[in-house]
Amino acid sequence: MATLKINGAPREVDASPDMPLLWALRDVAGLVGTKYGCGVGLCGACTVHVNGKAERSCMLTVGDVAEAEITTIEGLHPTGDHRVQAAWRELNVPQCGFCQAGQIMTASALLAENPKPSDEEILEAMAGNVCRCGCYQRITAAVRLASTGS
Amino acid sequence: MLHFMNMVREAAAPLARDFTVAKLSRRAFLGGTAAFAVGAFASRSEAFPRWPTGGESMPHGLVEDPLVFVSIDADGTVTLVAHRSEMGTGSRTSIPMVMADEMEADWSRVKIVQAEGDEPKYGNQDTDGSRSMRHHIQMARKIGGSVRHMMREAAAKEWGVPASEVKVEMHAAHHGGKSLDFGALAAKAMAEPVPAHEAIAYKSEAEFRYIGKGNVQITDLHDITTGKAVYGADVSLPGMKFAVVARPPVVGGKVKSFDATAALAVPGVESVHELPGSIPPAKFAPLGGIAVVASNTWAAIRGRDALVIEWEDGPHGGYDSAAYMAEMEATAAEPGVPLRKQGDVEAAFASAAKVISHTYTQDHMAHAPMEPPVALANVTADGCEIWAPVQSPYAVRTDTAEALGLDPAKVTVHVTLLGGGFGRKSKGDFVTEAAWISKAVGAPVRVQWTREDDIRHAFYHTTSAERISAAVDAGGKVTGWRHNSVAPSILTTFAPDGGHQFFIETGMGLIDMPFDIPNVLAENGKAMAHTRIGWFRAVSNIPRAWAIGSFVSELAAELGKDDLTMWMELIGAPRVVDPKAEGYPDDWWNYGEPAGSFPVDTGKLATVLKAAADGIGYGRSLPAGEGIGLAVHRSFVSYVACAAHVKVVDGKITVPEMHLAIDCGFAANPERIGSQMEGAAVMGMTAALHSSITYEKGRVVQSNFTDYDVVRSDNYPLNVVTHIIPHGFGDHSTGVGEPGVPPVAPAIANGLFHATGQRKRKMPFTLEA
Repeated sequence: MATLKINGAPREVDASPDMPLLWALRDVAGLVGTKYGCGVGLCGACTVHVNGKAERSCMLTVGDVAEAEITTIEGLHPTGDHRVQAAWRELNVPQCGFCQAGQIMTASALLAENPKPSDEEILEAMAGNVCRCGCYQRITAAVRLASTGS
Repeated sequence: MLHFMNMVREAAAPLARDFTVAKLSRRAFLGGTAAFAVGAFASRSEAFPRWPTGGESMPHGLVEDPLVFVSIDADGTVTLVAHRSEMGTGSRTSIPMVMADEMEADWSRVKIVQAEGDEPKYGNQDTDGSRSMRHHIQMARKIGGSVRHMMREAAAKEWGVPASEVKVEMHAAHHGGKSLDFGALAAKAMAEPVPAHEAIAYKSEAEFRYIGKGNVQITDLHDITTGKAVYGADVSLPGMKFAVVARPPVVGGKVKSFDATAALAVPGVESVHELPGSIPPAKFAPLGGIAVVASNTWAAIRGRDALVIEWEDGPHGGYDSAAYMAEMEATAAEPGVPLRKQGDVEAAFASAAKVISHTYTQDHMAHAPMEPPVALANVTADGCEIWAPVQSPYAVRTDTAEALGLDPAKVTVHVTLLGGGFGRKSKGDFVTEAAWISKAVGAPVRVQWTREDDIRHAFYHTTSAERISAAVDAGGKVTGWRHNSVAPSILTTFAPDGGHQFFIETGMGLIDMPFDIPNVLAENGKAMAHTRIGWFRAVSNIPRAWAIGSFVSELAAELGKDDLTMWMELIGAPRVVDPKAEGYPDDWWNYGEPAGSFPVDTGKLATVLKAAADGIGYGRSLPAGEGIGLAVHRSFVSYVACAAHVKVVDGKITVPEMHLAIDCGFAANPERIGSQMEGAAVMGMTAALHSSITYEKGRVVQSNFTDYDVVRSDNYPLNVVTHIIPHGFGDHSTGVGEPGVPPVAPAIANGLFHATGQRKRKMPFTLEA
């Protein structure tokens, strides 16, 4: 049993310290907005914020994040109206939608650290998040929209 | 023998710069079926002339009963059933949107619910073949129009006025100063008789609010952006177990022996089960193997890692894809089984001033949807309940019933959102696994495929060698065309392997080759399958467009022409290519569509090509290391051209700009058509530069995004511009999900040739230093 700080509140999670955070979130804590896509840190579908930084939850264990503030897509904004989420809706970004929670978590961490990224910085920051449907053009535009308002 | 049937155009200028297209004579195309559209009751329903589609002959056909698809609450909430699976194309939005518009429902008061797998009730639900809008736009209008008609009748009775004086608009019926909301009328309206098509006064196109506008958000947008959207792995049941399966590394292999001692010692692992295997042709039966059941996914994965299994490989243990490719290339150079013979090809080649021949190959591909296959099954004494991301829920229902020995009435299939499908989730092997394991453990079981499972146990896109030869006369005109396609067939998943492709595959750009060349031979050489072959978004159109599109650019270079001129010369004057007129077996060469409704119209090919070329500014001069490539292809009865601006940057192939022009008939939801074209650009570029599944000793070499990478945000087609050729409703809506993909890879390869002089004939391809 571990206590994790998830989305602003302490939470008892019945998981061993070596369980990847991804599976602890999904299978134990029931927070299924964070997705499994590859299990090896190459697709970004499982991205969460750990102390405000975008991290692949499949590459961290429960033990690694015992003291950390963890934010999942469910806790990004109380009403789901973070400017990145709003920009995503404004541009009708998703196709199947499966990777989008991870994309949004990466984008929101980027803008927290670098509020006005250049296009090159956006493309580089988002390169770890795969979208097999191919929504990249709208994802880039949505990050730009969230950043600059246009 | 086939011949080309010249059709007369009523108007000129098929290549108009503003993308408006001269209307072909619909009457001329439809012939006898024109009466179907006009008929004796034309006066009220003439805003919506109907046409036959392949939808009527799909299993369980089309259902257009509003009482099946529409329910309305007393508060006015209109609930519409989405009966097609949503995998990203937008069908869960666009079909209900058509119903809502024709109904005069306010989209903000519409709720969408997903149908269970029940084709006798809803009609065909097999979501593939780019059929959703093509087959269902008519039924959606009929359903919406019926409800609006019933609302009007109910309101007229309520007010004691003639129905003709009642106007139904924006979720209410109106007469004089009076209005009644849909909610107030719902009970009475839905008890009205359902009108016949001819009795319905359909909206004119000018009255559409949502159809053709692209002004609605996708149904699940808010849930997707807040993590609330429910995909296959997101449903839980009390007492649910988690399972992963170790499958035979070679298709048709089986477990010889296994030791589960270490697996069972992993904390959280509860049990281990051997699953029955299958040897192709086994349709969508699971591959078999050893299932590990645990209290969470992580424990199940670790338990599987700890299994010790000795496999028996079976007949495909020798599959080596490199050697196989060499065999296919050799086969392609020999005569194959002739499928289309037109004119005198032998004479054309014998008398040619020049013969140009090249072979184009493609490796296997795996779909790699972002959501790997996953399914939840709960088998109880009462039957089986399933939650899964499946493209064909009714097939899953009947297959599961068969696998469990149950009456299909005892099986329920709930369709979650699909985290991508691309054809993989048409095959329900992963659902059968869940059902078997649930039955074995007596509890609900979620089977999760890891990414490695997904890459190594797909139903793969075929691998192919396509050889094309052209006979060119002394005047530089192409007089003969010979195309031999060699590829293992999808049919081998369903029937004993005869070594040849079947008519659905050969209709994808081989026998329907549209060029205006007098002497044509299309052949199919033999290739036996050594893995499970399945359909992948756009199927055989990918290797065909790759071969034909590259070859046209090679011809242009050989004959000293620019690519656009070469394409236009080969496409020739606007006319209809009609394999059916020469007795090609049935409509399957035409994606199951009646050729009368959906002809092969070369004018449309030329129009989209011109639109894409104009869009990108074809012909402008570019700096060294940059080039523009073109390709155009008809598939799923749509026409898509791609113009790709290719630029080599730091030894990398980049695409700073791409224009895709599509003619999909009437564009029901242009916004989603745009998103599909943007997605096709990315998937086409991934196919061109990355996608390669290879085999050694019968085993797939690749395993994850480590060695099966895809296009990412650091190098995608940066600026994709979609051009939609505008048409009225009477120009039948065609496919959108798949046809964007085929022209992308050849356009990139042709652009690369113009940028660097490097000609690519193997896909995927890389830049040589």
